[in-house]
Amino acid sequence: MSAPRSSSGYWMGFAIVLALLAAAPLVLPEFWRRFVTEILIWGLLAMSSDILIGYTGMISFGHSAFFGLGMYGAAAALLTVRPPNLWLALLYGLIGAGVIAAFVAYFATRLRDIYFAITTLVFSQIFYVIIFTWTEVTGGENGLTFRQPPFSVPAVLSVPFTPVTLHWFVLAVVALSYLLLRRITQSPFGMVLQSIRENEPRTRAIGYHVERYKIVAVMLSGLFAGLAGVLYAVQNKFAAPDFVFFLISGEVVIFNVMGGMGTLVGPVAGAAFFLLLREVFSRFFTEYYLIPVGVIFTLMVVFMPQGLLGFLRRRLNQ
Amino acid sequence: MAEQLLIQLLIGLSSGMILALVASGLTLIFGIMDVVNFAHGELFMLGAYMGTTVLVTTGSFWLALLGASVAIALLGAALQITTLRPLVGRDPLTTILATFGISLVLQNYALWQYGPVARKIQEPITSQFQFFHIQFPWYRIVIAILSAAIIGALWLFLKYGKYGIWIRATTQDRIMASAMGIPVPLVHTAVFAIGSAMAAASGVLFGPLVGVNHAMGLDWILKAFIVVVVGGMGNLGGSILASLFVSLLEAFASLWVSPAQAVIVSFVVLILTLLFRPTGLFVPTPK
Repeated sequence: MSAPRSSSGYWMGFAIVLALLAAAPLVLPEFWRRFVTEILIWGLLAMSSDILIGYTGMISFGHSAFFGLGMYGAAAALLTVRPPNLWLALLYGLIGAGVIAAFVAYFATRLRDIYFAITTLVFSQIFYVIIFTWTEVTGGENGLTFRQPPFSVPAVLSVPFTPVTLHWFVLAVVALSYLLLRRITQSPFGMVLQSIRENEPRTRAIGYHVERYKIVAVMLSGLFAGLAGVLYAVQNKFAAPDFVFFLISGEVVIFNVMGGMGTLVGPVAGAAFFLLLREVFSRFFTEYYLIPVGVIFTLMVVFMPQGLLGFLRRRLNQ
Repeated sequence: MAEQLLIQLLIGLSSGMILALVASGLTLIFGIMDVVNFAHGELFMLGAYMGTTVLVTTGSFWLALLGASVAIALLGAALQITTLRPLVGRDPLTTILATFGISLVLQNYALWQYGPVARKIQEPITSQFQFFHIQFPWYRIVIAILSAAIIGALWLFLKYGKYGIWIRATTQDRIMASAMGIPVPLVHTAVFAIGSAMAAASGVLFGPLVGVNHAMGLDWILKAFIVVVVGGMGNLGGSILASLFVSLLEAFASLWVSPAQAVIVSFVVLILTLLFRPTGLFVPTPK
């Protein structure tokens, strides 16, 4: 299917980007180092939703729920288990996000297109209201704070994170997730998802159980979003209801559109672009930065539906 | 207890009619243009703000209602021409994205222009009547009647008006309508403007009951979406019934739980609807 030459070119590019991202914290000043780490985490969240938006053709406006549940799952593990354990936080976060994703998937995949988008939005608001009002467990409006777990390999070592090692850890998780997601999208399963996007009735007519595929796609997407939530919780040492709020889901959609849907790399680039825009415009517009960013986003929807990296779509999916 | 229920019944009915007004605008735009207007809540919010501005300058609530509706209708028409018209023929999902972008801009514009402090619209009718043990404001009754009147006028217009027939023809068959000499792009712009005006009118009407602030749009758009899905998307009668149904349930639920939690009731209604009747509660079973 793919010519060997372009494939080696792809891996070359991948290695270069990976090396640059790994070297970034060593040369960048504190502020920008943190910035790059955040881009990676938001990029992972954006990638997870690309499985739905770009590959299956379902716009999810509810990814904040999975992300937030990942955060609160990690918080639960870090607050209840002594000593705090990174891998347990990861496990709890993934379980939290996975359960919620299964729940949402079961109901939301009964609907298509716009109805799916609205239903996911409504679901994320349900979890927002629950988390916001259930103060005894979730800390309500203030959220939960906890201490950063050390990086540990059971029975071998346990070292506290420094900003640089945390960046590498995040980079490793995100890179592995990317490779895994890329493999999934190229697998027969991923091909079925793409055929659902292209023509759902025909896919069903061929004999695929479309609903099952969609449910698995939403769960998969939710798990990776939860993973991003765990990373964000570990980096920032808190979980807050703001991150379950619909605005985060909206930003995730913006990342996808800006970067280029259906490329996996595009959404990461979109996250970087959005965060950069926010940084730049915050200096001029202070908290009203969403006015110019919203205008740019709307213009991109109308005039540049492929996004920044859309022109690379073919090459990136080889 | 019985009187509590009756009081909540009145409250539920009056806010249900406002919700119906918001939802009918949304349904109208969706049914005719296949556009999910994410910015609808923001038009509602801007309408309320525009109402406060006109009210301050003229002192007349009814002028504020009219002025805000006209201004937001013009804004809606401008938005439709600049961002939605180029998207005709593309995947309907792109219209969600475009209107979502618009809603971000409008919401933050309102925050920038009017600041974070909520504003108050003085209700035109301050008198109250004795209803069991509480003083019930006449204004709530007036809103319900006015909303019903606006929706009724819309229905009559769609049913009998010349341009209403144009709109219905466009819904049924865009190409055929265009072949018959109906200016379809113009009809779309007009429909968007009418929907926007309805959102603005409900914003002004509802303004006196709550504060006017930049985030009020989100609550409403969410409720309106729920109602529109529960009522059967694109079905005007269904969304009105669903508005009343959901608002009444929320009003009754607030007898036992806090208002923030009462919102969950409508979410539950949505989930149950999706489970058992995904095409909508108040529509005939599809064949």
